[in-house]
Formats: sequence, structure tokens, C-alpha cells
Amino acid sequence: MSGFWPTLFGLGDKLAAHVVLSASAIALGIAVALPLAVWASRSRTVARAALGFASLVQTIPALALLALFFPILLSLRAVFGEDLPTLGFLPALLALALYALLPILRNAVTAQANLDPGVMEAADGVGMSAWQRLRLVEAPLAAPFVMAGIRTAAVWTIGAATLSTTIGQPSLGDPIFAGLQTQNWVLVLAGCFASAALALAADLLLGLIERGFALRKRAFWLGGMVAVSLGVGAALFAQFAPGWRGEARDTIVIGAKSFSEQYILARLIGQRLEEAGYRVEYRDGLGSAVVHRAVTTGAIDISVDYTGTLWANELGRDDNPGREAMYREIVDWKKRTSDARIFGRLGFENAYAFAMRSDRARELGVTSLTDLARVAPRLTVGGDPEFFERPEWIAVRDAYGLRFAEARNFSPTFMYDALQSGEADVISAYTSDGRIAADRLTVLADPEEALPSYDALIVLSPKASRDERLRTALKPLLGAIDVARMQAANYAVDRTEDKRTPDQAAEELANAIGL
Amino acid sequence: MSGGEVALRFDQVGRHYGDLRAVDDVSLSIPNGQFVALVGASGSGKSTLLKTVNRLTLPDTGRVLIQGEDAADLPVAALRRRIGYVFQGIGLFPHMSVAENIAIGPRLSGERLSEARIRELLALVELDAAMAQRMPDALSGGQRQRVGVARALAGEPDLLLMDEPFGALDPITRDALGERVKALHSDLGLTTVMVTHDMAEALLLAERVLVMDRGRIVADETPLALLEGAGGSIAQGLVAVPREQARRLADIPGRGSA
Repeated sequence: MSGFWPTLFGLGDKLAAHVVLSASAIALGIAVALPLAVWASRSRTVARAALGFASLVQTIPALALLALFFPILLSLRAVFGEDLPTLGFLPALLALALYALLPILRNAVTAQANLDPGVMEAADGVGMSAWQRLRLVEAPLAAPFVMAGIRTAAVWTIGAATLSTTIGQPSLGDPIFAGLQTQNWVLVLAGCFASAALALAADLLLGLIERGFALRKRAFWLGGMVAVSLGVGAALFAQFAPGWRGEARDTIVIGAKSFSEQYILARLIGQRLEEAGYRVEYRDGLGSAVVHRAVTTGAIDISVDYTGTLWANELGRDDNPGREAMYREIVDWKKRTSDARIFGRLGFENAYAFAMRSDRARELGVTSLTDLARVAPRLTVGGDPEFFERPEWIAVRDAYGLRFAEARNFSPTFMYDALQSGEADVISAYTSDGRIAADRLTVLADPEEALPSYDALIVLSPKASRDERLRTALKPLLGAIDVARMQAANYAVDRTEDKRTPDQAAEELANAIGL
Repeated sequence: MSGGEVALRFDQVGRHYGDLRAVDDVSLSIPNGQFVALVGASGSGKSTLLKTVNRLTLPDTGRVLIQGEDAADLPVAALRRRIGYVFQGIGLFPHMSVAENIAIGPRLSGERLSEARIRELLALVELDAAMAQRMPDALSGGQRQRVGVARALAGEPDLLLMDEPFGALDPITRDALGERVKALHSDLGLTTVMVTHDMAEALLLAERVLVMDRGRIVADETPLALLEGAGGSIAQGLVAVPREQARRLADIPGRGSA
């Protein structure tokens, strides 16, 4: 675990972004929850509706809630215009604020419901108006309970904010997601440590404010508030001060889905552009469905996608016209339907394929899927959790009449281990995966062309596709990366010994292809 | 009776909760300066009737006139601020000091009570000036209700309403505070309406006793008249309790034989 502390201290900008995002979300949550709680204390219907809604929101997994704001904001562009951001800070803020609502609202409503009715009658009896009663009696008496709710909300929000990485908002989730994908545990640990420490610090300070309210000690709550303000202020300064100094250069945002190959290719592209004088930002770990719409709408500038993915998910097709025809049709479709462009292919495919241990394949005399169909009833097939639901599997199964003795699900990381240990005889693999070469696996041929092709291609946003300098800088990448080189780069990041970071792997890949 | 002499008039006041008639067509007048006790069993409607005066309860029918003005026509907050009100559960604000509790009524109208005035109010209820900075939870029950009375008097009201004010206190405190309130009533020239379920307290403090039963006034007598047997069976039933207690005290064996 060498390099933990340097890694941790290198997370300063992520921490600042995380603090600003969490604090904004909690502030927004408070701004909505408190008036709602006051209203709820005056109307049972409102109380039931508000708490019901907040509880419902809470049942949506945070990851899904964050992702849902992308289409919501996209549809709201009809109202607010094309400048409404659909990725990054805004959707993360809205989703997390919704998440923060429940604990604040519930505590505020409960606190008001449990106020001593004798004291409330006294407030009316001495002649307080509704506003005076709220300000002078209800608010001060409910404050410690409301503060406890805010405290819970803060801890939740800081934790859930790590997930905003998936919708392109920088946070402490960046090192966690990147580390999980590349099995860089120091990175994961540093991200978790920083986010846990932040949550603890927030809990401590808000707890101080809560105690200050409960014990009516001004020094406590004032001290807590000053400390929280200083922390948030420092984060704001750290995040925005560099911008004030003004970098005139264009910033290009490169998106990556959450697996090693995407991280490496994003860096490869980023390094080209930095050499060409661009400033580059990465949005790592984006959801697969989010990436394509993000680049089409200009929320990010560049992404790497695959023909088969776009074919099925964006064009909604399930036929297989073959590698070349599929690519050409996708290029045309993109031109027809948007100002974004398919820039070109990188040269390799990351397709679904079936792989076996070489000795086992030889022993059974299997080199293609046709051979496999013959022996399949005696074999166990392993796939990632979604594989047996995907159209690719159904197409292959029907084309070759595959019937296995057993089908088992493994997480992608463990699939290869299952193959080595004999728990699976054949697995669904990805053709560019580094382990295929490292484990000397046999990839079975697909003579019927039942598996669609997954040509890696670069997609440019409308703005980037009009940028001649950018196109020139990226041109050397087209057709330059064959599958063996991609496998090697992926393996350099994925292996457990002598690991490379995606940055290093990208540099080595650039050297290998002569750039 | 001319309007100027009547502090408080109930005119066919009624309040129903579903089928229950908590207050049933009550009409009566209370002249300025009178100390009236409103007595009855639990659920007889006495607290509900009292609360129609400062509109903590709104009557379904009839009206309540304060110095000839219909209570329903007055802004509710202003109405309550000019009436002193002592609560059944004491009702001090737990997050405010004694001084802040006492000063709350005037503060609501934008007026600041001077420290001297707070000392004076504390003195009226026989509390030490040092109490001013204490929080309510540091006081005994009797001290708290004294603060409650001081708070009710802070706005210099003409009308003082008390809802079972001494119910939660021990007998000695209860007696002392009752006497104190009676003295304040005379000294400050108040019109006082006190709700109680304790006939002995009513007979000792008030100059007029109203007996309520199932929402209606069933007796309206002076303490003397009640002791002499007036007011009907319900009133006499209530009077019989302290009288019987006094007789049994007198009859305890050995007493008076010496």
C-alpha cells in the first residue's frame, strides 16, 4: 500500500469539489425542507404528501436517482433553452438535495408534532401571531431536532455524492470508481478515507451546533457554524480561484465509461490534445447510457464508443449487417440525426466473444462456435450478470443451437478465474480484454457472424467536430490501435503486479503505435 | 346594567363538539372589578367557556362582549395581549428565562419591559429579583406559576383569566398563591375569572361563584348564599364536599374534649 499519503494529498481538488457539491445540496435541501415542514405542521394532508414523497425518493437507489436527472434536465431544455446543463454539477445537486430532504423534513415535522401543546396554547394565549409563534417558540424549540436531521442528511449526502462521478461531476467518487475498475486499491482507499473523514468532520461540527441549540449555548452553535462556513469557504476558494486567474485556452472535456479501456483511451486522446495546446478535463466513470447522449448534446466533447453498442441502444436495431455496413450506417445515422459526428475507428474491436482455456479447447477439439455446439450439453458456460439477458447471447444461441449443461453468472473480474479453476468451461469474454492474451485463451471463431461487431470509434460533440485543429490532432489515432496492443494496454492496468495507471498505459500505448 | 359597568358579557354563547354541547346557550354579565369563580366537574364546559373570551375557543353561536366590544370583531392577537391569561399547565416557554417569559406579551407589541418593571412584577408575585435570569426548569412548581401570574399581569390588563391556575400545586403553595392573587385582584382593580374544580377554593377567593354542569350555568350565587344552601342540588353537592371534610376534621376523636 505504498503511495497512500501522496495519493490522498493529491485529492485536494476532488475534495474541494465534493465539499462544494455536498454543502450546496444540503443547503438546497434545508431551503426546501424547512418551509415544507412548517406548512406540513399546519396541514395533515401536506405532511402526509411531503413525507410520502420524500420517503419514496429515498427508496430510489442513489445511483439511479442521479442518472434519472439526465433525461429530466434534457427534457427541461425545451423550457430553459439549450444552455441548461444536463451533466455535472446541476443534476448532482438536484438529486442529492432530494436525497437530503427526507431526514431534515422528517425530523422537523416530528419535532413540531411533539412540541408541548401547553406551550403552544400559551404562545397563542399571550397573543402571538402565527409568524411570531413560529419565530419565537416553534423554531427555537424544534432547532435541536431539526439540526439532528441536518446532521443525518449531511452524512448521507457526503456518502452519496461519491456517486455523482457517474454523471460527470468531479467528486471523491472519481478515485473510488477509477480505482475499482483498474483494481488500484490505494486509489479506492484514499477516496473512501477522504470521504469518510469529511463525513465525520461534518457530523462533528453539526453535532456541535445541535448541542449548542439544545443547551442554549451560543459559543457552541456559533463556533460550529463558523467552522462549517470556513470549510465550505476554503473549498469554494480552492475550486474557483484558479478559474479567476483566467486560463484563456479552450477546455476539452473527455468522457469515459467505467472500465479500464475507456480510461486509457480517454488519456490517450487527452495527451494528444494537450500536446496540441488544449486544456483537458476528464469525466470518468460515466454511465454507458449517459455517455452517448452527453457527447451528442455537447455536455462532453469527446467519447469513445463501440458500433455494436450504438447499433442496439441508439439505433434500436437487432439485425447484423456485418462489420463494415454497420459502421457506415452508424456514421450516416449520426450525420442525419445530430450535429455530433463519428470521427473514425481506432482499429480494434471490443466485442463479445466466447473464450476457452487452450488446453481444454484442444482436448475437446473446439476452435469455433460450431464445434462448441457439438459438446455444449456437457459444458458449463459463464457470463457477466447481464450477458444471458442480452440480444447477443440470444442471437448466438439461436444461430448455433447452443444448449449448455449449466449457465452461471460471474462478475467480469472473476470470470477468468472461474475459467482457470474449471468452474466454467467457456466464458463470454471481451475481445480487447488483456487477460485473453495473458491467460493464452482460445477465442472461438464465429463463422455464422452471429455476434455483432464492436468497433471502437471516436465520437465528437457538435463543437469538437467543427474544430479543425482538434481533428488534426486526433487523426493519427484512427486505425492505429490493433487488438493486441489494446489487450496489452488493458492488461497493464488490470493486472495485480507491476500495475500501470491509465495515464502511464496511455503513454506506453502512444509509444507503441509510434506517436 | 349600562355597558360601562359590564367588563364581560356572554350572550347566548354555545360551543358544540359533534353531539356534545360543551357550552350550551350561556348568557351572563360580569361587572368591572368582580372576582368570579367558575366551578364544575371535569367536562362541565367551564374551561371551554373561559377560552371563548380570548378566542382560544371560537363559539359556534352567540357572542362575547368585552367592555361592550364583540370579541369576534377585535384582531385576535391584540385581543389576547390586553387580557391576562394564566394557563392550566403553567405554559412557560422553556427556552426563555423568567424575565423573557414575563416580558413576552409587551415584546410582541414591540415594547421592551425595563428591568425595574420586571423586578416590580416579580415582587407582585413575591419572587426575588434574582429569579429573573433563571430558566423555568430551575424553578419549583409554585415559583413557575408565580411567574405565570406575573407574565399575565405584565401587559397591565383589566381582565385576568385563570384556567385551573393552582391545580398542579401542593396545598400550602396553592393557598398562599391564591391569597396573593386575591390581593392583586383588589390592589390592581382587576376583573378576574377563575376556572376551578375545587369548590373550597372558589368559596374562599371569589365574591361570586358560577356553577356549570353539562355546558349550562346551574347556579350563580355569592359564597355566603351557597353556604346557606342556595343554588340547587348540583351546587350544593359541590359545597357539601368541603363542608363534610371540615365536619370530619372537627369530629376527630380527642379534639375539643380537652
